[in-house]
Amino acid sequence: MTPSWTARVWAQTRAEVGMTLRQGEQLLVAIGIPLVLLVFFSEVHVLPVGAHPVEFLAPGILALAVMSTAMVSLGIGTGFERGYGVLKRLGSTPLGRPALLAAKTAGVVAVEAIQLAVLVPVSLGLGWRPSGAVAAGAGAWVLGTVGFAGIGMLMAGTLRPLANLALANGIYIVLLLLGGMVVPLGRLPGGLRTVARALPAAGLSDALTHGLGSGHVPAHDWLVLAVWAVAAPVAAALTFRWE
Amino acid sequence: MRYGDRTAVSGLSFSAEAGAVTALLGPNGAGKTTTVETLEGYRRPDDGSVRVLGLDPVADRAAVVARMGVMLQRGGVYPAMNARQVLRLFAAYYRHPADPEELIGRVGLTEVARTPWRRLSGGEQQRLGLALALIGRPEVVLLDEPTAGVDPAGRIAIRQVVAGLRAEGTCVLLTTHDMDEAERLADQVVIISAGRLVGQGSPAELMRSDSGRVIRFGAPPALDLSELTATMAAAVREERPGEYVVDTEASPAAVARLTAWLAERDLPLSDLRAGRQSLEDVFLQLTGEDPG
Repeated sequence: MTPSWTARVWAQTRAEVGMTLRQGEQLLVAIGIPLVLLVFFSEVHVLPVGAHPVEFLAPGILALAVMSTAMVSLGIGTGFERGYGVLKRLGSTPLGRPALLAAKTAGVVAVEAIQLAVLVPVSLGLGWRPSGAVAAGAGAWVLGTVGFAGIGMLMAGTLRPLANLALANGIYIVLLLLGGMVVPLGRLPGGLRTVARALPAAGLSDALTHGLGSGHVPAHDWLVLAVWAVAAPVAAALTFRWE
Repeated sequence: MRYGDRTAVSGLSFSAEAGAVTALLGPNGAGKTTTVETLEGYRRPDDGSVRVLGLDPVADRAAVVARMGVMLQRGGVYPAMNARQVLRLFAAYYRHPADPEELIGRVGLTEVARTPWRRLSGGEQQRLGLALALIGRPEVVLLDEPTAGVDPAGRIAIRQVVAGLRAEGTCVLLTTHDMDEAERLADQVVIISAGRLVGQGSPAELMRSDSGRVIRFGAPPALDLSELTATMAAAVREERPGEYVVDTEASPAAVARLTAWLAERDLPLSDLRAGRQSLEDVFLQLTGEDPG
């Protein structure tokens, strides 16, 4: 009765990515802010991270990029689609929920690929010299994406669109500061550091730092990333309201 | 269909045929949207059964949605997308979609085909909603208040599209609280009030039923009813100021007596219906309330 599943997913993915790339505020969060932080703090030596801040910044900014796309863009976009009745309307088309979720996943991966294509060359240009294991970095990247997407969808499926917008942006700022992305975790006071290390932002930035540095990701980071990658999507799936 | 302790729709039974327009007519809060959303598979009936094309809209959802076109009461479109983009996207969901450009022309959105949804007027948004309902060449079309908030030109466009669907053999079910619309568009009218069926039939049947025995007319308020009652040899009531009902067979002779009486007194006649009431009259009798 309907076109192949992949044809529907492909059409929907193109639409999702197209909407993201056409929206100024989405591009700002996905590319603009990470790029500005990366370049500014690499060139202006105010961070307490030694003579080559880009070595610290590059993995942290990649983690920030994951958070901005998988949690902020996906969550806010989906929240508004729910508020505008788009998700409800799609429910009476042959698209289907699995295809919609697959398209949103593919859309996130596509935007992340664009982020990588911008941020990695700039980091290298600023003097970043990654070593270590690409596979470990990729694994952390995937787990982080799944966890952050779960958090974004958990908020999108339960909150009103404007409350979702405010909370997603608020969490973004908090996790930016507590995520070891621009402020080293070691600089945080003890209690706050303990909390921060249980959150997915620090888990991802730390895993990327070690994975793309020494090549050895601490077990604690894997644990944090894995727990969030399971718990957040499950919570989102259990609580998501389509209308 | 119940929400908590409140039963929204109960004991409602009707069928809508292919090649015909069925109007679900009722005041706000009568249960029209609840009924349509049950047909669309958004709600599961607590009791009773609902079939669309012989299929269960909840259990056989995938099969039903491929053959059904839906227009929600509002929203449902990506705000940043224009008509062309969203129609092309929706076309990709269906195996044999209609041509987006042809549909844009059919609903009269050619001039604004590149305007994002959020900048369209309410009427243009409704017409885009209608086009989206038709993109999959559906056999069944469910339209919830398709002309609500639409300007007169848009209404005419929507009515033409609906008439075209009927001619093509599509089954159209629409909800409305607009009597005029039901009268113009529908082959069958299902009147509901407080979630219950109160009347059903073609507009002509409903307007004829039980009304061969009255003459309705409009004239200045506060006429001398006792004098007129004597002339007509039948009871005359002033239902609302200036609106009168004469309880008599609507014969040419009776109409002649009435108009002669008015003419002798040089009174204007603003309305005259013999043996036929408007759908609005039927509606008011059946539901005991104003439609709007």
